[in-house]
Amino acid sequence: MPVRAVVTLFAMVVGVSLALSFRTPPPSALGTAVAPPPPSSSSVSGSMPTPTPSGAPPSGGSSPAPTPKPAAAGLKNGTFTGQNAANFFGPVQVQVVIAGGRITDVKVVQSPNDNPQSAYIASVAMPLLRQEVLQAQSAQIDILSGATYDSQSYAQSVQSALDMAHA
Amino acid sequence: MPEQPAASVPAVSRTVRAEPVMGTVITVDVRDPGVDRAAVEAAFAWFHEIDNTFSTFRRDSEICRLFRGEITEPECRPEVREVLGLCAEVERRSGGAFDIHAGGRLDPSGLVKGWSVERAAAKLQVAGARNFFIGAGGDVVVRGEPAPGQRWRVGVRHPELADRVAAVLAVGDLAVATSGCYERGEHIVDPRTGRAPQGLLSVTVVGPSLTYADAFATAAFVMGEPGVTWVSGIDGYGALAITEDRRTVWTSGVDRLLVRATAPAT
Repeated sequence: MPVRAVVTLFAMVVGVSLALSFRTPPPSALGTAVAPPPPSSSSVSGSMPTPTPSGAPPSGGSSPAPTPKPAAAGLKNGTFTGQNAANFFGPVQVQVVIAGGRITDVKVVQSPNDNPQSAYIASVAMPLLRQEVLQAQSAQIDILSGATYDSQSYAQSVQSALDMAHA
Repeated sequence: MPEQPAASVPAVSRTVRAEPVMGTVITVDVRDPGVDRAAVEAAFAWFHEIDNTFSTFRRDSEICRLFRGEITEPECRPEVREVLGLCAEVERRSGGAFDIHAGGRLDPSGLVKGWSVERAAAKLQVAGARNFFIGAGGDVVVRGEPAPGQRWRVGVRHPELADRVAAVLAVGDLAVATSGCYERGEHIVDPRTGRAPQGLLSVTVVGPSLTYADAFATAAFVMGEPGVTWVSGIDGYGALAITEDRRTVWTSGVDRLLVRATAPAT
């Protein structure tokens, strides 16, 4: 039986969590969520409308937030390299690229690669996590229902890069 | 108006622990200051204990021994008997769409993860935690609030587009469970036909109990779009699903939780 991974992340973080587990720019700069535009509406009680900035809201639920321009978000433009953060499968380190006050890319500097599971994480999970960071920036979510891989160390490294990007 | 105050959000104390167990990574994130770390440790000890007991991959688990007839149900731990009883209940209520004996196996995985997370949440509350979430892949329990005056925002991952969330739910004390065919290692089969379910790409069930939300999500996924209607008939529960023809549909119980989508900022 393989040795159970016992490395755990146990961190005290003082701050505000908005997306995945990192702090993003103030919410005023961000829009909300996002579904792929469905072609039509029908069915049980509700059905997601094609998202348009001026679209009429469906019945019920919270009011639609307008999509403000991502102006002064408190992030300096540039590329910032995050700290090396421990993962269950190995170290993770990322670079965050900021342009126009928004995260525009997350690049993996270092990721685990010393066993098959680590290689899987590096080849499959990391690209997904990159997309999730970019998405979460817009969606302002605390938790994702449906993910099956660890995002904590990734988010940790992203956070440290963002801390550097804050003026 | 933005939904949240744009400035001076108070700092929040966080204790986060994540660990791979039960075939996924479970995250416990407590936002109360001075949380008892031993309670968080105990939660993970519980998850490993449940993994050892219910794993269908460990030959020496009680579930595998029961399946092989080496022990009888009355000889099993109380937790096993409780879970099997809950599974039988959901099987009845779902008309067989939920069936732990499907395919000649004994596999309570469609309920046991949600059940174990719900139990862990209860233990954390007994230990004094008030504001926290436990996430276990598709299964999430949230309690209290992430920061004073805010609601937890749970993103429902889009089943096809990893860079999208299909919806965002703003919730307080609630359980959220997502079933779909996109997750690694998840192979749901319709026990009534032996084939892969049709109609839905994923379904998310919300409600007071993660035990039931998890099992209802599995059953609703098997049923296809009628499963969404089925969940809407269960008191206290709601469902949101992404259909194979790319519609996002939900029940009236989800309306009040749904954060309205706007055009993505690009």
